[in-house]
Amino acid sequence: MKILVPVKRVVDYNVKVRVKADESGVELANVKMSMNPFDEISVEEALKIKEAGKAEEVVLVSIGPKQAGETIRTGLAMGADRGILINTDENVEPLAVAKLLKAVVEAEEPGLVILGKQAIDDDSNQTGQMLAALLDWPQGTFASNVEVADDGVAVTREVDGGLQTVKLALPAIITTDLRLNEPRYATLPNIMKAKKKPVDEKTVADYGVDISPRLKVLKTTEPAGRQAGVKVASVSELVDKLKNEAGVL
Amino acid sequence: MTTLLLAEHSNGALNEATAKALTAALALGEEVHVLVAGANSGDVCTEAAKLDGVAKVLHADADVLEHHLAEPVAALMLSLADNYNTFVAAATTTGKNIMPRLAAKLDVMQVSEIIKVVDATTFERPIYAGNAIQTVQTSDAKKVITVRTSTFAAAEAGGNAPIETVEAAGGSEISAFVGEELSQSDRPELASAKIIISGGRALGSSEKFQEVIVPVADKLGAAIGASRAAVDAGYAPNDLQVGQTGKVVAPELYIACGISGAIQHLAGMKDSKVIVAINKDEEAPIFQVADYGLVADLFDVLPELEQAI
Ligand SMILES: Cc1cc2nc3c(=O)[nH]c(=O)nc-3n(C[C@H](O)[C@H](O)[C@H](O)COP(=O)(O)OP(=O)(O)OC[C@H]3O[C@@H](n4cnc5c(N)ncnc54)[C@H](O)[C@@H]3O)c2cc1C
Ligand SMILES: Nc1ncnc2c1ncn2[C@@H]1O[C@H](COP(=O)(O)O)[C@@H](O)[C@H]1O
Repeated sequence: MKILVPVKRVVDYNVKVRVKADESGVELANVKMSMNPFDEISVEEALKIKEAGKAEEVVLVSIGPKQAGETIRTGLAMGADRGILINTDENVEPLAVAKLLKAVVEAEEPGLVILGKQAIDDDSNQTGQMLAALLDWPQGTFASNVEVADDGVAVTREVDGGLQTVKLALPAIITTDLRLNEPRYATLPNIMKAKKKPVDEKTVADYGVDISPRLKVLKTTEPAGRQAGVKVASVSELVDKLKNEAGVL
Repeated sequence: MTTLLLAEHSNGALNEATAKALTAALALGEEVHVLVAGANSGDVCTEAAKLDGVAKVLHADADVLEHHLAEPVAALMLSLADNYNTFVAAATTTGKNIMPRLAAKLDVMQVSEIIKVVDATTFERPIYAGNAIQTVQTSDAKKVITVRTSTFAAAEAGGNAPIETVEAAGGSEISAFVGEELSQSDRPELASAKIIISGGRALGSSEKFQEVIVPVADKLGAAIGASRAAVDAGYAPNDLQVGQTGKVVAPELYIACGISGAIQHLAGMKDSKVIVAINKDEEAPIFQVADYGLVADLFDVLPELEQAI
């Protein structure tokens, strides 16, 4: 079995982004970029499945600017086998990403596609579910445990009330949640090795997918700010304020 | 045309998230029908029919719908899609699982987690963990929307809508429910609680979490939340995680204990009405959003707080 892992290049999770003064978007110049944290978890899970002898190859795919190639290299340094970069400078919405991924799936025929549950830039949480729909494959979203067997894959999902386990026929889509695993660090020798691993460069046109946006972004604004309040010196002062000033006790 | 709102429920009872999502659905300006998809979920329909503003309740009752799996529920919604031009659900884990599957089938770009309806095609939604708010306008013929319920008030009771039966669109051979472990608790739910007390990494163990956080929560009738660090370390169950990738809450009072205030945590609680932070590091970023900050060791002050209230 082959496993396909879509990885997105996003603003690093430690960066507090700033909205541009003209409300046209967020400031991305000179901002640290990294692999979407959930996608690191996906890469790790795919590698684990391969190491357990249940998959032969882990293929990464990223849709984005040239620099998304670095994101692919990061995953190759973790241990993935090869990459596909679909190069575009356009902002590609989840529906269009799902359509491009569908085309990649049709060419690569993986048994599993493991995506992150959400990209921490757009916070959409939809690409995996959309890809599952377009392929008519089952979906195991928000996974905190994955067990691959011959007759399918059992996925334990983090749901609002606790945990739910579903069994999916293969091929299937999985989206990862935070507690699925802890992604490994790339070692220096593996970073060197990754430089020689193949990365196919493609364009959107190669897949014949229309990526024109469906959502028009009218503006991007700062959220309503919150002022820091006061420090209290003791529990009794706190209780007094909560009762008599804030009126919440 | 009409809006179809997917009800969030446990088969036995309607979840309050539905009444909140209904408020957003009604703001779109069209008639709203509520879809109850489940098994032995008749009582849920009765409850949904009473919500003010609901024009009709559609009831699909079948074994395959019992666990609200995405494959059969999305197929059901798709079978009803000709009659509707807007599909709405609360951005719960159920709604987030099902709605994009429907959207892709309809060739629609979903608008995720809206916090405001500007007009029938224009919405506000947070991006980058709530550090920016995007105003987006959809050009799709149909709309698929999930609603961040913490920012909408629940619709009141007062309606009396007719209930109509619809057929499930069939099962799915490709996915099956195996089991679930749901947290049992008599405490208020995070999503609807008026007061939440949350613990972070500082708690150090699940025993300490129980020993220090629970008595205060009991005294206040509060729900319990946790940071990712506390959940990852096993001090609290995963469904208590508050934040960008956990639950988004907006109670009257949020008490953060031993939580540093990472942007991902703030994303889930900074719309609370009053925020209290208890942290022994006076530089902790959580103090920048706290109305009342107490620089102290939580193991000293929480027992004191329990006595004082
Ligand atoms: C993709 C991604 C998604 C994430 N999603 C979430 C999310 O949804 N929710 C979330 O919470 N986090 C999330 N995080 C993690 C987040 O970045 C932080 O790591 C996490 O919130 C830290 O938890 P904490 O504040 O409990 O721990 P720490 O940052 O370690 O803070 C502990 C605090 O306790 C204080 N302290 C220590 N001892 C005491 C004491 N005795 N008394 C009082 N104070 C004390 C310390 O001063 C410190 O401020 C996410 C991260 C990533 C990468
Ligand atoms: N441009 C992209 N390139 C590769 N993968 C992507 C891209 N956009 C989204 N994904 C995948 O889809 C997941 C969910 O993204 P989203 O639906 O945007 O929240 C991510 O974690 C990635 O696995």
